[in-house]
Amino acid sequence: MEPISIAGTPKTPTVHFDAEKGKVEIKGRSIPENSIEFYKPLVDWLEQYLSTPAAMTEVNIQLEYFNTSSSKCILDVFKKLEAIYKSGNEVVINWYYEEDDEDMLEAGEDYQSIIRIPFKMIETDE
Amino acid sequence: MAFEFDEWLSVKSKDEVLFLFNGEVNSTLIADSLDKIEDQLEAVKSKIRKKIYNVLVECMQNLFHHSETLPAKPGFETTGKYAACILSKNSVGYHITTGNFINHKQKEFLSKHLSHINTLDRDALKELYKEILNNQEFSDKGGGGLGMVDISRKSGSKLDYSFHEYKDNFYFFSLSINILE
Repeated sequence: MEPISIAGTPKTPTVHFDAEKGKVEIKGRSIPENSIEFYKPLVDWLEQYLSTPAAMTEVNIQLEYFNTSSSKCILDVFKKLEAIYKSGNEVVINWYYEEDDEDMLEAGEDYQSIIRIPFKMIETDE
Repeated sequence: MAFEFDEWLSVKSKDEVLFLFNGEVNSTLIADSLDKIEDQLEAVKSKIRKKIYNVLVECMQNLFHHSETLPAKPGFETTGKYAACILSKNSVGYHITTGNFINHKQKEFLSKHLSHINTLDRDALKELYKEILNNQEFSDKGGGGLGMVDISRKSGSKLDYSFHEYKDNFYFFSLSINILE
């Protein structure tokens, strides 16, 4: 599978998806007006990855901001990862939040309670 | 008395105004405005700065997706997707105010949704947020009022809103959000 590599912009995150290494990374800010357009190729990629995932998939989500239009798309990403996890593969989700950013920590906890894969909450310096 | 946009704007701009725009909202304007606001807030404590920025993004995208287009016809002072957004500051904290024109159906939805949101405490807002996020269909325009729930959660204060009858079944929707320091 071809990896995905997208550079971040002021409104969209940096993305690295690599099937061979089992890496899924989304970093930066996600505040586009049309999130579905941005996330659809990512969700489609994961759908394909689902059939032959790596033995372990490491997921790193490190967002500074995201809007509610992205929040649903991010949930769609997690739902694909949940399917990989449920089919018996290892999935590790690292949810990064900056020190003092309780809102971002809480956002991670919200996702965790919906998708039922254990999250590792990782605090970073500002 | 008929709704007066200029009067509304002057009342809402009483405190120290850090940012103000009024005009037609488009995607470029949102990007430019957010850039300006980020510069303005550089010195603000990160926790508060992020809250302000998050709420502003949500508010401006609401204006972009949900403002009604006013017809160009006699009697209408403005046309198009006319809207306003003000970020101001006073001794207790920051205030974000938005105003835009909506139709009767939008007014019905908002009035029900916002009055419900204002009855909820922190935990209940969290539950409502998760319920909408997980169960409702989303479109490019958003989904099921999730943005307003998020605004209320992040700001930690009640939404202060009003509807003003304008013309031809159009209403002016005014929303103010406090982010206390």
